[in-house]
Amino acid sequence: MTEVLHELLRGSLDHCVKCTICETACPVSNVTPLFPGPKYAGPQAERYRVGDEPSVEWSVDYCSGCGICTQVCPQGVKIAEINAQARHKLKQQKGVPLRDRLIARPTVLGRLGTPVAPLANASLRSRPLRVIGERLLGVHRDAPVARFAGRTFRSWARRHESPPAARRIVYFHGCGTQYFEPDVGEKTVAVLEHNGYQVDIPKQDCCGLPLQSNGLFDDARKYVLRLARALAPHARDGALIVGNATSCTLMLKREAREILGLADDPDLKLVSERTYDVCELLLELHDRGELKTDLQPVEEVVAYHAPCQQQGHWIGKPALELLALVPGLEVRELDARCCGIAGTYGIKREKYDIAMAAGADLFGQIGASQAGLVVCDSETCRWQIEHGTRKPSEHPIELLHRAYRLPQPAGSNRW
Amino acid sequence: MRPSLHYDVVVIGAGVAGLTAGARLAESGARVCVVAKGVGSTHLAPGTVDVLGYDPNRVESPGEALPAFVAARRDHPYALLGVDAIAPALDWFAERIERGPQPDYRYVGGLERNHVLPTGVGAPRPSALVPETMAEGDLGADRPVCVVGTRALRDFHPSLCAENIARHGVEARAIELKLDADRPDVNALGLARRFDDPVFRRDFAARLAPLVEGDERVGLPAMLGLRDPHGAWSDLKERLGRPVFEIPTLPPSVPGMRMFEALRAALRAAGGRLVMGGRVVAAERDGAQVTAVRVDTAGRETVFGARALVLATGGFASGGLALGSDWVVRETVLDLPVRGAPPAGSQRFGAEYFGEQPMARVGVAVEATQRAEGTDNVLVAGAALPGAEPWREGSGEGISLASGHRAAELVLASEGLAAAA
Repeated sequence: MTEVLHELLRGSLDHCVKCTICETACPVSNVTPLFPGPKYAGPQAERYRVGDEPSVEWSVDYCSGCGICTQVCPQGVKIAEINAQARHKLKQQKGVPLRDRLIARPTVLGRLGTPVAPLANASLRSRPLRVIGERLLGVHRDAPVARFAGRTFRSWARRHESPPAARRIVYFHGCGTQYFEPDVGEKTVAVLEHNGYQVDIPKQDCCGLPLQSNGLFDDARKYVLRLARALAPHARDGALIVGNATSCTLMLKREAREILGLADDPDLKLVSERTYDVCELLLELHDRGELKTDLQPVEEVVAYHAPCQQQGHWIGKPALELLALVPGLEVRELDARCCGIAGTYGIKREKYDIAMAAGADLFGQIGASQAGLVVCDSETCRWQIEHGTRKPSEHPIELLHRAYRLPQPAGSNRW
Repeated sequence: MRPSLHYDVVVIGAGVAGLTAGARLAESGARVCVVAKGVGSTHLAPGTVDVLGYDPNRVESPGEALPAFVAARRDHPYALLGVDAIAPALDWFAERIERGPQPDYRYVGGLERNHVLPTGVGAPRPSALVPETMAEGDLGADRPVCVVGTRALRDFHPSLCAENIARHGVEARAIELKLDADRPDVNALGLARRFDDPVFRRDFAARLAPLVEGDERVGLPAMLGLRDPHGAWSDLKERLGRPVFEIPTLPPSVPGMRMFEALRAALRAAGGRLVMGGRVVAAERDGAQVTAVRVDTAGRETVFGARALVLATGGFASGGLALGSDWVVRETVLDLPVRGAPPAGSQRFGAEYFGEQPMARVGVAVEATQRAEGTDNVLVAGAALPGAEPWREGSGEGISLASGHRAAELVLASEGLAAAA
């Protein structure tokens, strides 16, 4: 079946009319000649990628996998998915560097860094160590890296008892929440509970997205299927699954099934159908008149950036509709495409400058917006935005949490 | 399936017709969602508003020619919309551009007189409402033309363009300017982003200035900025001390992208939603009433409920219509009845690519109110309407704008939405 799906994706290239619309939107090819663009690397070069023969075209390694090309294509060509598979094939041929194997495993990094967070954080901000890290590993010395929280979200979740409510929902927190931003997870849970959900937080691990985007498909499949096995029983009981990590929920919804060829796994299929981005869920709740609207004023000017992976849900920008409900909050919608980071892409030595150039348009818009805070749904994008603009960045749920005047998480370590 | 989201109007398609209808409705207070499977034809078209260029001879004044044109073609979209629907749509559009995200950028012209602008190969093309950055290319003026190209932009050939302009009777010559584009080849969009930078255009002007002669006007491929085209254009004009104009390029079309951004901004500023990437796969019906559309979103279908719909999905090129090997034409989104297909036995296609193509006149069967036959609440706009051959008539944007604008007016006037709006 994997083969059949591959053929379906590959077959979509015949719909390409070479209109260049994908090229207008590609954040990477617009700033570097090293990537000739989604049309060239995708539907065009794919014709020269023959069965088991070696790959003839290596530029696809510079595709960041943001997926915007597929979103804007009016002909339904699965450009990003074709390119992800081509990148996997290329990596199999060229080998995957140790660096990529490491940075693609947030669980491993998180487990190592959390107990020694102060030391790990200091090391990651030590210039000499970063220079060494760049030379030895290939992680760019200036690349944004997250701050270990020193505690895990799960350690809070184990102690937390969600008050019984008529509706139950499963919270998928992802690795960013688990190791770096546990307070965002706590706020997400609080907002869900405030809106009448009893929140279940089953044991869970990485969705495999960083492995997939680094071309490590076999490992990515193991991770995402393990996660699907953990979540599926809840879905089978009728619960919805909701996450604040928008790229990870997209992995569950669509990318794993399409890119990793797991379309027919029954657990993943069920999980995929029942997974929601948290803003998507809350907007639907609002549409039904069931969202609590006891939102208190937040007198701030903020800018909103919809990350590429959020756009890949094909649901518009529900965060904007939700933030519009907050009295006093002035939201400036940014229309720049991409912050450049694309998960792990922008932290690599050879890609850092490209990622920063890709994000320059967004950083400029943020600077011009006069906003004191940048709202964005994806954690790696928020870290890149903070790095590129020196302005704080928050998940939309954090603003809702503030507007609901819910208690601050005890271990809050952010802005 | 129960809708997850409810709107007054769901507009399907984000081309000129869809964005116009969506923005116009949102401006009047309707809750609007524009759903599109991808970006529309704006990024491929020259960015001008062609209303009527040929009937079949070249039209000097669309305003004067239109009454006779529609009188002779009762099945044409302009006959359906009424000639009077065009001017207000053009005015609305020009205003949205002026308030749009590109500072001071505007369109000039109207129905009184067609501009005759050179295409990328220097052929004259009549167009009613055009970006100010193109207007001085009018081939009706005698002033000699200097077409400036650059090697890096491989799809624009200044000498070919100049030779054809000269054949039209306007003195023209070509020059190539070497441009450091950091890469072996670049498209107009890549250069437009550079022209947004005042330093880049100052250097460009400094190198071009010594090469232009006499009272030449300067024609450049349409690459004078994406975010600040007025700034780039007026800057060059001032530094060169002569008129400067843009010439449309092969896709991607920078002026078309500006148009998309301005219409999108109008939609967003009025509170309309835009869902890009979600393909409408089917309709939920209650008799003749379409109550919702099912949209293919990541992981599952999401149902968008609507009191009215505007179908602006285009024709064959954008996939709004499909022709089967059995010669049956289908409307692909809501499966609406179509009209205008050449009957069996008659000519379906012409041998000449740009000649008469009877099959291209197929469209969704509509009543005078743009309502799709068999439905109570689906209005059709843009290239999905039957009866036009826009590439032969030079009428594409005119039809899209006028029908999108009028569809919005009709939805607002309809009983169901008066209360909401």
